[in-house]
Amino acid sequence: MMLQAAAFYILSAVAVLSAFMVVAAKNPVRAVLFLILAFFSVAGIFVILGAEFLAMILVIVYVGAVAVLFLFVVMMLDIDFAELKQGFLSYLPLGGLVALALAAMLALVGFTWTMSDTASGHLQAPMPADMTNVEALGAVLYDQYVLYFQLAGLILLVAMIGAITLTLRHRPGVRRQDVGKQVGRKRAEAVELVDVKRGEGIG
Amino acid sequence: MTASMLLNDLGLIAPELILAGGAMALLMVGVFSKVDLQAARLVNTATMALFALAAAAAIWIAPDAPQTGFGGAFVLDALAVYAKAVIYVVGIAVLMLASKFLERERLAKFEYPVLVTLAVLGLSVMVSANDLIGLYLGLELSSLSLYILAAFNRDSLRASEAGLKYFVLGALSSGLLLYGSSLVYGFAGSTNFDAIATAAAADANVGLIFGLVFVISGLAFKISAAPFHMWTPDVYEGAPTPVVAFFATAPKLAAMALLARVLMEPFGPMVDEWRQVVMVLAVLSMGIGAFGALMQTNIKRLMGYSSIGNIGYMLVGLAAGTQAGVWAVLLYMTLYVFAVVGAFGVILSMRRSEGMVERIEDLSGLAKTRPGLGYAMTGLLFSIGGMPPLVGFFGKLAVFVAAVQAGLVPLVIIAALFSAVSMAYYIKIVRVMWFDEPKGEFLPAPAGVMAVTRIAGIATLALLPVVGFLFARVIQAGGALGG
Repeated sequence: MMLQAAAFYILSAVAVLSAFMVVAAKNPVRAVLFLILAFFSVAGIFVILGAEFLAMILVIVYVGAVAVLFLFVVMMLDIDFAELKQGFLSYLPLGGLVALALAAMLALVGFTWTMSDTASGHLQAPMPADMTNVEALGAVLYDQYVLYFQLAGLILLVAMIGAITLTLRHRPGVRRQDVGKQVGRKRAEAVELVDVKRGEGIG
Repeated sequence: MTASMLLNDLGLIAPELILAGGAMALLMVGVFSKVDLQAARLVNTATMALFALAAAAAIWIAPDAPQTGFGGAFVLDALAVYAKAVIYVVGIAVLMLASKFLERERLAKFEYPVLVTLAVLGLSVMVSANDLIGLYLGLELSSLSLYILAAFNRDSLRASEAGLKYFVLGALSSGLLLYGSSLVYGFAGSTNFDAIATAAAADANVGLIFGLVFVISGLAFKISAAPFHMWTPDVYEGAPTPVVAFFATAPKLAAMALLARVLMEPFGPMVDEWRQVVMVLAVLSMGIGAFGALMQTNIKRLMGYSSIGNIGYMLVGLAAGTQAGVWAVLLYMTLYVFAVVGAFGVILSMRRSEGMVERIEDLSGLAKTRPGLGYAMTGLLFSIGGMPPLVGFFGKLAVFVAAVQAGLVPLVIIAALFSAVSMAYYIKIVRVMWFDEPKGEFLPAPAGVMAVTRIAGIATLALLPVVGFLFARVIQAGGALGG
């Protein structure tokens, strides 16, 4: 129990600190690396909660794909981050005010939740005891919430249609791959055998 | 979930299945056809047939008693069936308005009807939602399609700006809605509406009220109720006119039905808490709708302000918090939606040889140059404004009666005053049409637009004999909500 608590506090501290560094770091590459560290610590917290599958997914999807993609984008795009961050301090009072309001709201909600007689009764066990992680997730996603799962798929379809409709332009004069033409090509069209005399080259 | 249960549940979502399957099939038809214009026409016609089929299915499967499926996530009751049927019919009318306009503006692409179908699918999920997750997914499916449709004319700076503005503000409102939903989930222990109702009846604590206010704010954005209306005039002005005709009708009706369901079912026990919020929204919307529209010169912007005002009157009915109130809102909404479709038909007919025009002064002398359009627009505007004896008046009357029955007399007096103010700009347009000198004639409108305009215009008078029947349905119909 002691060990678990210690692990929790260490992981949470690392997660919060690295999340702060994501915003504070001057070098964008470092910011992304801190983001990866934050993901790792959160994955550790998931393991403590007994949600191993989610922890692995977090590492594979977020660290393996999303964060690496971020890294690519940050390195490929020539963005002057120093210039982007110039106005940072001037927005600080307003941003701080918003953050303060948000913190106050959260505190109020937390306070109400602790005081309420009924709310804590709604705490649900995240894991059914007689199932593995994957089984439990599958039962929720593909059985209980199958309708929502399909709807989410349709939403992604809409996003895809939108991206294509709003950005795709067929330019004339662009050479495209024509598989049928490529495959149907005869040897006679593609290859020409030339007898080259020694020492003369093709002229 | 056993196979028979699944089959039973699939039967409940038959209209949605038709729409989803149809949208994907038509997408494939469009992608694999060689000629763009033909594909667009074909898909457009097929989509109208699809909507008709879905409407027939929705009415066919209408159950006698409310039924839920998918573990209580999806509900099919009188409210859902009614709203779905209206939404599908409006979808047909909106596509009729769009086809020729899009061809002329070189926007005829098969993606347009497909996106409209997916938006309509989202709307029909919204009106059947019985769970906060379903509410959010339906809302997002329809909103995402609408953002794309707003920016559909991608070469136009104004349309792109409209799309972007709508998207950014819409994302913000979704954030509000999700924050509220998470609070509600935390304090009620479930996202299901029935479970939330039980929790709200047991203990309506500050956390639930907090969550409720955020959920209302998110939905108020979708119905463009003040103070969440900022996007409306700009998007109405910038987006292509047929898209605006869609914006102004079906999504408003679905979001209103959803708001009514959320307030009456899960939060029914907390009526005293949310009534104040809805009343504030109502008064602000009516005020901004009435005074904002007075100075407008662009007819599309004016319709935007008019919609804000009309949403305000509907919220008056909702504030009553009774079954009569809900049905009055639905009656008002239905009459309003059909009148607005007709009015946008007239706006789409405003085409001169040099192109589309959309200023109010371009309408001058319309009654002399094109009497049919003039009569139709006069009837439609007065019906939207609620002038007796046109049908729109009875919608407003039903809403006010419901509010008075609930003891909200001061609110109704305020609403009546704003209503009088808002008549001023409808009368202004009618004066321009009838008494100003004509400034050139409009070109003949396409047959589809003509049909929609005439039918909607005639309906403002022709529905009068059945108003009594509608009234009886409104007041007495065994309301699906808030038993």
